[in-house]
Amino acid sequence: MKFSDQFEARFSDMLTHYPTKRSVLVPTLLYAQDEVGYLSPDVIHEIAQRLDLTELEVSNVISYYSMLTTKPRGKFNVQVCTNIACMLRGGEELLDHCKTKLGIGHKGTTPDGTFSLEEVECIGACSWAPAAQVNYDFHENLTVEKMDKVLDEYRKN
Amino acid sequence: MADLVSHPDEVKVVSKRFGKSATNIDRYLELDGYKAVQKALGMQPDAIVNLVKDSGLRGRGGAGFNTGMKWSFVPKQSPKPKYILCNGDESEPGTCKDRLIFEHDPHSVIEGVVIAGIATGSHAGYIYIRGEYRYLLEIMQKAIKDAYARGFLGKNIFGSGYDFEVYWHGGAGAYEVGEESALMESLEGKRGIPRIRPPFPAVVGLWGGPTVINNAETLASVPHILLGGAEWFAKLGPPKNGGTRLFCLSGHLNRPGVYELPMGYNLKKMIYEVGGGISGGRKLKAVVPGGSSCPVLTADEIDVSMDFDSMMKAGTMLGSGGVVVVDETTCMVNFALRIMKFYQHESCGWCIPCREGTDWLKKTLTRFHHGGGVKKDIDNIQYLSENMLGRTFCPLGDAAAMPTISIVKKFRKEFEDHLEGKPCPFEKAGVTEPAAVLA
Amino acid sequence: MADVNITVDGKKVTAPAGTLLIEACKSAGIEVPSFCYYPNLSLQGACRMCLVKVEKMPKLQTACTTVIGEGMIVSTDTPEIHQARKGMVELLLGNHPLDCPVCDAGGECELQDMTFSYGAAESKYIDAKNHKEEQQWSPVVFFDRPRCILCYRCVRVCGEGMDVWALGVQNRGVSSIIAPNQDDHLDCEECGMCIDICPVGALTSGAYRYKTRPWEMKHVGTTCTHCADGCKTTLGVRRSDTGMEIVRGDNRDKSGINGDFLCIKGRYAFDFAHHEDRLTQPLIRKDGRLTPATWEEAFELIGKRFREICDQVGGHAIGVFGSNRTTNEENYLLQKFARVVLETNNIDHHRTADFPALAAALTGKPEITASMRDVFNAPAILLIGNDPTEQHPLLAWQIRNNVRLHRARLYVINSQPIKLRRQAASFIQIPEGSEGKLAAFLAGEDAAIDAITTEEVSRAAWITLRDKLRGEPNLVVVFGAEIRGADIASVAKLTASIQGAKVVCLGDYANSRGAADMGLYPDLLPGYHRVADTGKFHEEWATVPRAPGLTLPEMVEGAKAGSLKALYVVGANPVEQFTIDPFSFSNSFVVVQDMFLTETAVIADVVLPAANAYEKSGTFTNTCGDLQLVKKAGEVTGTKSDFEMIVRIAGAMGFDVRRLVPFGRGVGTDMGQSRGAQSGEADRHAVWLEANGLEPKMSSFDPMAILDEIQRLVPGYDVSRMNILAGNDQHTTLSSSGPGALHDSKLIMPAQDNLFSSGTLGRYSRTLNSVIENRHKQPAETEVAAD
Ligand SMILES: Cc1cc2nc3c(=O)[nH]c(=O)nc-3n(C[C@H](O)[C@H](O)[C@H](O)COP(=O)(O)O)c2cc1C
Ligand code: SF4
Ligand code: SF4
Ligand code: SF4
Ligand code: SF4
Ligand code: FES
Ligand code: FES
Repeated sequence: MKFSDQFEARFSDMLTHYPTKRSVLVPTLLYAQDEVGYLSPDVIHEIAQRLDLTELEVSNVISYYSMLTTKPRGKFNVQVCTNIACMLRGGEELLDHCKTKLGIGHKGTTPDGTFSLEEVECIGACSWAPAAQVNYDFHENLTVEKMDKVLDEYRKN
Repeated sequence: MADLVSHPDEVKVVSKRFGKSATNIDRYLELDGYKAVQKALGMQPDAIVNLVKDSGLRGRGGAGFNTGMKWSFVPKQSPKPKYILCNGDESEPGTCKDRLIFEHDPHSVIEGVVIAGIATGSHAGYIYIRGEYRYLLEIMQKAIKDAYARGFLGKNIFGSGYDFEVYWHGGAGAYEVGEESALMESLEGKRGIPRIRPPFPAVVGLWGGPTVINNAETLASVPHILLGGAEWFAKLGPPKNGGTRLFCLSGHLNRPGVYELPMGYNLKKMIYEVGGGISGGRKLKAVVPGGSSCPVLTADEIDVSMDFDSMMKAGTMLGSGGVVVVDETTCMVNFALRIMKFYQHESCGWCIPCREGTDWLKKTLTRFHHGGGVKKDIDNIQYLSENMLGRTFCPLGDAAAMPTISIVKKFRKEFEDHLEGKPCPFEKAGVTEPAAVLA
Repeated sequence: MADVNITVDGKKVTAPAGTLLIEACKSAGIEVPSFCYYPNLSLQGACRMCLVKVEKMPKLQTACTTVIGEGMIVSTDTPEIHQARKGMVELLLGNHPLDCPVCDAGGECELQDMTFSYGAAESKYIDAKNHKEEQQWSPVVFFDRPRCILCYRCVRVCGEGMDVWALGVQNRGVSSIIAPNQDDHLDCEECGMCIDICPVGALTSGAYRYKTRPWEMKHVGTTCTHCADGCKTTLGVRRSDTGMEIVRGDNRDKSGINGDFLCIKGRYAFDFAHHEDRLTQPLIRKDGRLTPATWEEAFELIGKRFREICDQVGGHAIGVFGSNRTTNEENYLLQKFARVVLETNNIDHHRTADFPALAAALTGKPEITASMRDVFNAPAILLIGNDPTEQHPLLAWQIRNNVRLHRARLYVINSQPIKLRRQAASFIQIPEGSEGKLAAFLAGEDAAIDAITTEEVSRAAWITLRDKLRGEPNLVVVFGAEIRGADIASVAKLTASIQGAKVVCLGDYANSRGAADMGLYPDLLPGYHRVADTGKFHEEWATVPRAPGLTLPEMVEGAKAGSLKALYVVGANPVEQFTIDPFSFSNSFVVVQDMFLTETAVIADVVLPAANAYEKSGTFTNTCGDLQLVKKAGEVTGTKSDFEMIVRIAGAMGFDVRRLVPFGRGVGTDMGQSRGAQSGEADRHAVWLEANGLEPKMSSFDPMAILDEIQRLVPGYDVSRMNILAGNDQHTTLSSSGPGALHDSKLIMPAQDNLFSSGTLGRYSRTLNSVIENRHKQPAETEVAAD
């Protein structure tokens, strides 16, 4: 299993931050997922070995956190918040719009692998609702039109 | 990144450096940065604890516990290392304030962590930031690096002989991990299952060592208290509720945004003056005063002072500062359903009442909202919520039960209007598709 | 610890400081309901069933996580509490399949009991339940997810108790699910502890599921027949076409030296008893072929041939092989038969440990053999050699629990990196074969240090370790068969030199210690009394030859050379065990008593179908010297106990069996106690006797009669008879035994069984075989880290 140099540097640095090895697990998994796209059996095996954990322990942890996934996703993961503040300002309509536009449902991925869609819980943008994240980027005060533009921008990349 | 707003009634303490490029360490220093920690280094630890106690600073994470008091529980002598843990998991629906602090003033959090460390005799702190806030984690990583480079962190900070390490830590998506003991589990690389208490974290926390856990806003307030004094801070708010708060106004408002207002600010004024009133001139129906976990207030109940004690008296909570305003066009059954969907999705699943209760409430509310409700469901929803209340392993179960009970009690009529296969009276298009279920 | 006073439901209760409220209540006879709480496992606070009212606390508190405090006032049964518990049960039932009529746990289900107590039967939920199909995780373990109430007992017992960590919790919230370590199956020790501990029918065993209902079984408490640790087990039996079938093994009442522990063999490998290859008819070789015969024919033939040889050549022309799996009474009887009836000392057995050397080394020392209970309670343990995780599962469990629950210090010294090193405060690897030198060094022989000093372990390190051990009062020293002969004296010396220290010698098979204690040796009488030395046995039996007999290999040689005219093999399979050329016995008259047509049985002249230890009564002595009752549970029609067969052969030889078995007082008839199809009568008779406090000692086939003699004559066995009969373990002492003897250490051959093998028994266990097959299909396991 090969990760980037940046990953390795960060990983070895992080190991020095805690009295136990396994403490690095959660952020490490997310960084690994960012590189590989998802937490493949190989990644799980590798991280378990490095941290002296069983693969079972690692997958128990993965399955607890909603950002971590063991299934491949699209290049851009569109996460639309529909929690209360966003719902009051059209979050659900926004989600429906994305579903129609991308032709996929919750946790679906477009056939070309460009987009995935996810309905998510509050992402901390309530005062700028409705909001969505594409991968780690925030998009706020959204309307259907703005959302279209956002998606088109990503599609171009 | 998020837009900043302002209002004349604001008292800028925690937000005073917002929009002033204070992520830059030199800029931060120009704006009185790292003065408080140097002052703290010259003080007796007890004096710091007492100062914070007297300032009336209460936890901004939701529970509102007196911060100085919490620090005083940390044993002086400990065979295991002591830790400071900054809770930046900010996930309570309606809450988006810690985000601004991390974005605009990360060093103030670092400074707060170091001061808490000096006050309790700890030499290491962790700043836990939720996984979705990746850009904030990067800002924090840089801030920490800069502070180390200047000798503000690490060995012999500010040449004082005192050592203090600060580390960043990122989450990966779980509301429950904001609960302090689950937060520690998560930091230790485990599933976010809360711990049995007692022992409390102040005695047995991270890796078994005494641990102070504070919200990011709480910690960011601390340097200001050291510089401005306890009395000044205490006087900003009503008795026992010192300082200001970042209120996150959201929902059906003309001017939603995060405003820093004194503790005890009137809720009605907050909605109508600071927040600019209800959008479209519509009528107010309900307010969630402090994040989704709080019992809702009706339009008649909003003439209250926004401080911990007054809100408690009003039958709700000040919570995390997330004020969600709901207008007359909103279906409260659907609102209750959305809240329950959240808790069902975020329940860690450890204990029976929360795990099973949130699932059944979600199922019942879903069916109910889509016209499949029967009369006894209404009582059942309340019965089930009351069976959860006070009996779960951690407060998440309460957080799911409390708003639900308040909505059933205060908006029972709206439930009755859904009975007998009637379509939701608030649905624009009449009948709705079943709401998407989060897996 | 100081005592704390609390009030529970108006009752004053006193308990040591640190006691959990739920335990304090229990001690006062107040049962607080619980699902997730399980004594000796970590606390969870997850099920919320144990909520009680503690005065001055605003919320109800969980009794399972609350430590009692002075003056605490507690109510355990108020309307609020009742409602809280009812609410929990209702919530659980909301997603529960309610398939009790077809559930294995039906009748023994804690959720059923709770529902009954809190009357939550009316369903408040009309929405669909979350469904999921049942999964098979291994040949042994099945999982039915909807029945699971997530009490996490299985996860904890597997991790904390077994140190296997094969189970975890996957997902969160209502999707939380117990998950096995290999995606959809388990790679584990298959101990079934998780199944046993499951309060509902979510985990069920492949061996038992859908076989019967709990109330259709009769339960018999007895002792496991497999390894030498002697777990107490409760066998569930029911009538079948062929007698009484054993359908389940567990130790739910947690009595005995093993608490609720059983390994895979104790829990599931009783199935050899019902293997279709069981012999149920005597076989006599006619025209070169083993042919079914009647019992009368068989005994008559054996009696006649043995008599002839004794009369014509003498008893020394007959050799007797005893067993490690027959009861003490049978072993004692067998050697008495050899010595008194055949008048020969030609008796031996498959030796797996050097107990005679230990007896010799301990002579005159205070009573310093440790019991299995000591292993759980000792403040420190030194383990030299062996791999208890594989060979002594109970011992390993007790060592782990002692470390976990009592913070005992474990010192492991082994030539292999055995798994128990994970619990060890100190683990040192030494060159294979240097165990004896190690023992010598620890006992104070400084010159021995060279043999154990390596690149990794310096002389200084050894000296530090020895000093440390010397400063461990009440240390328990456990050693495997790596240490034999004279080296055992070193271990004994080390043990005797440490204040309160005790020792355990590890042998294999359920009654190897019993075989040794009962004198299945050519030179040693019961209690390690040398045949040459006159004493009690010579007085009582009169005819004991004083010259040592032949050892097992010598008997084989004798048979080959033609000097041994007959061989009597009881419950042993030397041809396979010692890879003996079967033609060695062509010229001898060979009698074999066994359950199966073993490699030895196929060359016999007469084969007698034997009952196994689950099908008879008597006692076993485990490797620590704990004496325990063996009780008849199963039955296969057509078999007889070895005890009865020995007596009948003596009878057929024209011997007065009263001289062999001092039974009854004037009652000379067989009450039919051991007779196959009629045993129901005898059972009822036995039950009546037991109920009246009498021991069924009415016939010459009654082992209790021999137990009398054992207790009278064998040193160390004069323990409480009442306790033994009540099913309690009693520790016998080796140090009060006879002088013992040093033997050629080549005579000792460890069985090399592992978790999934058990000599001949294992070969006929479907469960063990299916587990072994299943494991071969999967890639090699990787060892897991402790939490
Ligand atoms: C379910 C749950 C979620 C919580 N989430 C957060 C959170 O995201 N951020 C936070 O600061 N506190 C959160 N809390 C509160 C913390 O448990 C804890 O009280 C707080 O971090 C203490 O800091 P304070 O005293 O400064 O408020 C949460 C509590 C619960 C029960
Ligand atoms: S109340 Fe129970 S199930 Fe819910 S989050 Fe807390 S511990 Fe987990
Ligand atoms: S059978 Fe034993 S080892 Fe296997 S999962 Fe169950 S408890 Fe663990
Ligand atoms: S399988 Fe059984 S023991 Fe394991 S958590 Fe579920 S109910 Fe408890
Ligand atoms: S440990 Fe030994 S005695 Fe106990 S159940 Fe297993 S094989 Fe039987
Ligand atoms: S509710 Fe959507 S970001 Fe908070
Ligand atoms: S027994 Fe106390 S919470 Fe489960």
